[in-house]
Amino acid sequence: MLKEYLAISMFFIVALLIPVAVIFISRLVAPKKTTPEKEEVYECGVDTVGDTWIRFKTSYFLYALVFVVFDVETVFLYPWAVQFQQLGTFAFVEMFIFIAILVVGFWYAWKEGALEWK
Amino acid sequence: MQTQTYELNMGPQHPSTHGVLRIILELDGEVVVKATPVIGYLHRGIEKICEGKTYGQTIPFTDRMDYMHSMNNNLGLCQAVEKLMGLEVPERAEYIRVIMAELSRIASHMIYAGALVNDLGGVTGFVFLIRDRERILELFNKACGARMTFNYIRIGGVQQDVPEGWVEECRRFVDDFPEMMHTYNGLIMGNEIFQARMKDIAILPPDRAVAMAASGGVLRASGVNYDVRKDDPYGIYDRFDFDVPLGTKGDNWDRFIVRMQEMEQSIRIIDQALKQMPEGPVMAKVPKVIKPPVGEVYHHVENSKGDLGYYVVSDGGMKPYRWHARRPAMVNLQLLDELCRGYKIADVVAILGTLDPVLGEVDC
Amino acid sequence: MNSNPDLLTSLAGSIRSVLSPLIGNPDGVDMAMYGVGLLAVITLIFTNAVILVWGERKVAGFMQSRYGPNRLGPWGLFQSIADVLKLMSKEDYRPKLVDKWVWALAPIIMFAPAVAAYAVLPFGKDLVPVDLNIGIFYFIAVSSITTIPLLMAGWGSNNKYSLIGGMRAVAQMVSYEIPLVFSMLGAIMLVGSLKMSSIVEAQSHIWFVFLQPVAFLVYVIAATAETNRAPFDLVEGESEIVAGPLTEYSGMRWAMFFLGEYANLLAVSAIASAVFLGGWQPLPLPGALGDMMHAIPGWIWFALKTYIMIFVFMWFRWTFPRFRVDQLMGFGWKVLLPLSLANILVTGVGIFLYRVAIGG
Repeated sequence: MLKEYLAISMFFIVALLIPVAVIFISRLVAPKKTTPEKEEVYECGVDTVGDTWIRFKTSYFLYALVFVVFDVETVFLYPWAVQFQQLGTFAFVEMFIFIAILVVGFWYAWKEGALEWK
Repeated sequence: MQTQTYELNMGPQHPSTHGVLRIILELDGEVVVKATPVIGYLHRGIEKICEGKTYGQTIPFTDRMDYMHSMNNNLGLCQAVEKLMGLEVPERAEYIRVIMAELSRIASHMIYAGALVNDLGGVTGFVFLIRDRERILELFNKACGARMTFNYIRIGGVQQDVPEGWVEECRRFVDDFPEMMHTYNGLIMGNEIFQARMKDIAILPPDRAVAMAASGGVLRASGVNYDVRKDDPYGIYDRFDFDVPLGTKGDNWDRFIVRMQEMEQSIRIIDQALKQMPEGPVMAKVPKVIKPPVGEVYHHVENSKGDLGYYVVSDGGMKPYRWHARRPAMVNLQLLDELCRGYKIADVVAILGTLDPVLGEVDC
Repeated sequence: MNSNPDLLTSLAGSIRSVLSPLIGNPDGVDMAMYGVGLLAVITLIFTNAVILVWGERKVAGFMQSRYGPNRLGPWGLFQSIADVLKLMSKEDYRPKLVDKWVWALAPIIMFAPAVAAYAVLPFGKDLVPVDLNIGIFYFIAVSSITTIPLLMAGWGSNNKYSLIGGMRAVAQMVSYEIPLVFSMLGAIMLVGSLKMSSIVEAQSHIWFVFLQPVAFLVYVIAATAETNRAPFDLVEGESEIVAGPLTEYSGMRWAMFFLGEYANLLAVSAIASAVFLGGWQPLPLPGALGDMMHAIPGWIWFALKTYIMIFVFMWFRWTFPRFRVDQLMGFGWKVLLPLSLANILVTGVGIFLYRVAIGG
């Protein structure tokens, strides 16, 4: 069991090392001729106006809230799904009540317009 | 929550500004607050240059205005000068002119539709349209040796007669056209995502369209029945039977579909012209040195972008005293800000596409 | 089931038998075998990217009635190798105004989860690199990390196009993760395990695509969105925001995003084939034909199904125009999510009734 997770961490470490190595190698091979124009921000060939890091209106704040609800639900649903066939009627009904509560919440969010991208 | 608007330059080097148009977008998140087109990146001063050229020498400059619909640009100028001189054009030349202008219109609309679909992310539609447009360009190539800037229609007629077998090849294109249209119907117009992207976006009411002097497909999409070919027939357009497709709503979808239907109408005109075309000379007796009498003329034709007008003033010399073109694409482009406000960045490229600016003509 | 091991399985067996006397300790041998799996996965990712770059262009050519690459090598096969060399030799420059660390880390973090996700893919019977008992859950967790590097790239580049793209990436990938996760839930209810090998084993009689057709549809759509491919390629939306978060990257840094994307494409296709299309299980045909199908090694079946799925994704890409952001969100939340929820309920009721019927 632990062995498997050790293997997974091995995967992660190597996965992080590969891009570092590749970028390093390409730095060795590639030419290096920087000009001030090259280092400019690309905005269709003209100078950018104003700051980029601003308070950006993303419209997905409400989506994010609904997402968190459903993502947490996933954490509950997966173990339930695995054990579903063993748990019998009680778990079956219980989970449906759980989902039903969520669906009501979802319906409320929908009705209130949280799912509209404005 | 209080958010900040920001300015974004779309263009001049942008994948979907159809050349070198620059739009300064003021955005709130993804929503457009204001869109300011900045033009002039392709300005060559054609009008001023033409004052220093003889009348015949100005024709190639019209090719370089709306380079998607050059034949019609040639036609407009030549007819304006002919009107000034009181010149009669031989029958066969008139028919060739109509066929060329309408073929060119189809080619222009194909680029229009293709670029629009491409801007919406459907690359395949673009490729299919370009593939079929290639046949038209090949026809032009055979007639005058050029695929884009033709200088084919001359004062008094056309440069030369179409070569042998050309009429048959043109006929084959006309016959194959319904099948092409069927492909586009399936791939582009029938696609639900495409419809959802186009319908009910950027509605232009007819009174605004008229007030902003819009013309061509933009105007007709709003339901205003105005087509120079019908309302002020030039050349021999009164001899042909064709309809003017009209939109009902004036949204992006109407602006798109009106042009697609116009292609079918152009095919009808070509079909009739090919049947009626007589034999005969293709050039009138024109003096070696063209010196129109003193006077001025305004002549307009229906370009694929709209109402293209030429205003030519002659002082009796070899060169025009004043040479001016009313460029429909530039006039239509004024609508951009009005149409874009409140829509998203993704809609800006669609709206720009439906307005169909060709920067060579906008900047002139 | 075919009893005699196929090529890859026997290869793994022989590597193990070579390594065992060298290392001695059985745990050490296991770790070494995981290392072999890791090597195989990395080789697969790189070769696959090379093949897919070429394949995508060929498919595009096929869809658009043109040739695609056909100059370098037979059928233009060496085109992508030339591309790799070109990318390698491109200058690695850093725009002046970027947020240095965020910008530089993004491509690395993009690539890492793509590799890590491969750990649980069931390439064949006994050919799962690391057969975790929470396999599919692990896959979901790891593959959803992809959102972060896109946001990092978007914010760190100090470019407005990148910023818009990064914001879109978060909105889109977060929204489509829910239907993606829920669509696989039905299959898990049928199996009762999260282990990839058990999920595939459970489909020896009938593939889940026949039991869960709606879930399969939802999965394919959500997976297209998760991998940012057309018609959901808003993140890079070339004709709108130039290249989105990738605008300020070039050379190998850009290639890392690209590799990560193709690795993700293969991964979601592999999951589709494992969870819905029976993984390494052959076509369930009756009689002699079925025996013939069994003679084909499992990993070939798996590869075949995976690449068919990839072809479908490419087909989408070269057919559909792009969604607009509000339509995208509306479709995800108002169509796919209710559909996948309903699918879970129907599956639950179905299993329940089935068990009541057989008296279980």
